[in-house]
Amino acid sequence: MIRRLLRSSVAQRAGAAALIGVPTTFLGYFFIYPLVTVLATGLVGGDQSTNPIVDVLGSPSLRGVAWFTLWQAVASTALTLILGIPGAYVLARYEFWGRRFIRAAVTVPFVLPTVVVGTAFLVLLGPDGPLGIDLRRTVWAILIAHVFYNYAVVVRVVGAFWEQVDPRLTEAARVLGATRWRAFVHVTLPLIRPSVLAAASIVFLFTFTSFGVVLILGGFGLATLEVEIYTQATALLDLPAAAALSLLQLVGIGGLLLAYSRFQQRATGEMRMRAAGDTRRRIRGRADRWIVIGNLLVMAVALGSPLLVLLIRSVRAADGFTLGAYTGLADGDVGALAVSPLAAVGTSLRYAAVASVIAVIVGLAAAAVVAYRRGRTARVFDAVLMLPLGTSAVTIGFGFLLALDEPIDLRTSIWLIPLAHALVAIPFVVRSSVPVMRSVRTRLREAAATLGADPLQTWREVDLPLVGRAALVATGFAFAISLGEFGATSFIARPGAPTLPVAIFRLLGQPGSETFGRAMALSVILMVLTGGVMLVLDRFRFEGRGEF
Amino acid sequence: MTHRPRPTALRSGIALLVLLFAATACGNDAADTPSSEVTLLTHDSFAVPQDVWDEFERTTGIVVTVLQGGDAGTVVNQAILTKDNPTADVLFGIDNTFLSRGLGEDLFVPYRSPALDAVPDSLELDPEGRVTPITFGDVCLNYDTTVLDAATAPEDLRALADPANAGRLVVQNPATSSPGLAFLLSTIVAFPEDSDYPWQTFWSELRDNDVLITDGWETAYYSAFSGGAGEGDRPIVVSYASSPPAEVIFADPRPDTAPTAVVTDGCFRQVEFAGVLAGGERQDAARRLIDFMLSSTFQDEVALNMFVFPANEATPLPPEFVEFTTVPSDPATLSPDLIEANRDSWIAEWTELMR
Repeated sequence: MIRRLLRSSVAQRAGAAALIGVPTTFLGYFFIYPLVTVLATGLVGGDQSTNPIVDVLGSPSLRGVAWFTLWQAVASTALTLILGIPGAYVLARYEFWGRRFIRAAVTVPFVLPTVVVGTAFLVLLGPDGPLGIDLRRTVWAILIAHVFYNYAVVVRVVGAFWEQVDPRLTEAARVLGATRWRAFVHVTLPLIRPSVLAAASIVFLFTFTSFGVVLILGGFGLATLEVEIYTQATALLDLPAAAALSLLQLVGIGGLLLAYSRFQQRATGEMRMRAAGDTRRRIRGRADRWIVIGNLLVMAVALGSPLLVLLIRSVRAADGFTLGAYTGLADGDVGALAVSPLAAVGTSLRYAAVASVIAVIVGLAAAAVVAYRRGRTARVFDAVLMLPLGTSAVTIGFGFLLALDEPIDLRTSIWLIPLAHALVAIPFVVRSSVPVMRSVRTRLREAAATLGADPLQTWREVDLPLVGRAALVATGFAFAISLGEFGATSFIARPGAPTLPVAIFRLLGQPGSETFGRAMALSVILMVLTGGVMLVLDRFRFEGRGEF
Repeated sequence: MTHRPRPTALRSGIALLVLLFAATACGNDAADTPSSEVTLLTHDSFAVPQDVWDEFERTTGIVVTVLQGGDAGTVVNQAILTKDNPTADVLFGIDNTFLSRGLGEDLFVPYRSPALDAVPDSLELDPEGRVTPITFGDVCLNYDTTVLDAATAPEDLRALADPANAGRLVVQNPATSSPGLAFLLSTIVAFPEDSDYPWQTFWSELRDNDVLITDGWETAYYSAFSGGAGEGDRPIVVSYASSPPAEVIFADPRPDTAPTAVVTDGCFRQVEFAGVLAGGERQDAARRLIDFMLSSTFQDEVALNMFVFPANEATPLPPEFVEFTTVPSDPATLSPDLIEANRDSWIAEWTELMR
């Protein structure tokens, strides 16, 4: 008996240490260390007559940029939530033909390079577009594109949680006479709030650090901090200014994340979870029908139309339609690329596989720490986990170059790209898993512990089956992020074949209708690939469904 | 506990990912350790066919690894950040707008390639011979030949400010685009600051003439320009002298005439250099790589792969480059030192002016 106790306490400690150790080591070495190195080099290195932080803070244009960065991110997040939450509801709660396909398809925009999407939006939002008004180079164009990119975050993060919330609570409110709206605001919304906050935090970080969308659609004069950092670092070669701006961006994001994590901890309680399949129902009655149709229309317009533009361009010819762009890709005969575009598909899939494995392992361990521990340390840990999403890509890229030369020179290693992708994907894994993990009843865990399970066992037997659905969503996101990642990738000195987004970017770097068509065809391939991976991942089901 | 839920789906999910990785990794076995290696750091626009490198390996026994790290500015900054422990032996792609910065940071060790004899002196911009010109390209105005012709197209930069050209021009922001910066520099050469028509006056007239400013070349060319593959409505764009040939080569079916043409006045010449990185361990192989980059094997490929012009004068140009474009005889140039000293303030002043 004593031996068994001893063993379990050793196992317990080892398990707990692994949970904390894995994410801490990973983020410490691949994020904090490079980040501190690049900031230190920029801010205190060299012979500087003036303090770059003072210079940057004193610059009159900075206030405008910082303010614009903040408010467009808040507005984009709010707009995405307003459109995305009903969408999440429809895809989580209703069973209808094509549901799975649509749920996979909404993730597609997420991976597309901004330079490609930008050209589609410039057509749709132009004077000859379906809206008939010219929104190009306005803030509206930026907000609409941000909804296009981030709708999937809300639908999937909120949806994965929502489909496990017991519908009987809301039904009870309805029976007691509450209107649909009242029941939603007073019963459902408080229940799904943790996942809404989680999705909102990701959308906010993404739009706060928005780069391509702002440059292409916002037009001249609109800039986020991210754009300024890029300009300072790569066009003006002013590393001190770039470092000072990065620091400012980090401090802002860090403060917001700390506040968020405190709020999130409070907002989350334990509750009874249901298996996803049990909470969905068929469409009945007119109200149901309008809710579903209305949301599908939103998806078709906001997400579908730009994708359709890309599809049409990829098969367009001077006289009708052609598959020439696709067969051209297969020939591999593309100047400006010197590599078969199809090889880029293989490269991207390989990186995405490695990146998602890393992100899921590190992310789930980190999520467990965040979910099961309370207090300030857990909150700081939580905030740090999210920081990579809020850090400028050029800062991370240069940080790698400065920091990762010893003991193993990883700076030009082929592994650096999936590592960078994993860094961006980990916040997704954490955010989509934590709300579910927190909701698992402590009673279940205590019961397992009483029965002699160590923490790892408890986690495996109690939490994982419940968290599995969220983990799958996270895996899908990690895969998609890696497939579509361009920012951090483009600042790494890469050997070997380009990834899909890099290949698309390089094709678009040359004039000519053929290269343009091929860039569009490759974008469509990226779309299909992403949708396909999402469909496959969505097919996985967990054993042990039912009530707990 | 009889009911033991098992996370098989997650496990099979991970297994699938691992399998996918394994499957795609097949056929990429590491090559046999070569006798000699050299690493080339360059920008994302760099492209030559694999046979070129095979030929280099066949003649010298040296295997080249190409690292691509973003646009030219990013790559120069990467080289500066790693100058104490470089990631490569040779840097290619530093142009005259960034050259002084690279030289000031002591990035390169001097090397005078014997092949330089075939390169015009006008391209050699470092008297100490630390960098070797490999290619050059001219940033020029392009126009849509379905809207304008030689008679109605602007004959020089000044004509852009003419009311007849109102709403016709799209340019790139010099703070975020390399051709944008080149075009700003060409206007600074054409309209000197101390003349009675300084570049500031010219640009404020352009602004009144409804010039459109985009972030980069792609947006300007594909979304705002009306010519060639462009989908926009503006018939004049800042692009390259090599763009009209590209419009012919990358069109199916190939047209008999180019859909776009070049205004040869007011072009700015960008010269791209290669240099042996100081601190690199394989200086000998690095020098041989630079020799090779001036050889006909390499120079023959640059026009059709990167759409720039070969620095080696003996290189024949592809017929499309002869037929559909003109190499400007007298492009604008500025000394790299002058660019380095004023780049920031020119961009800041321009931004203030156009905002």
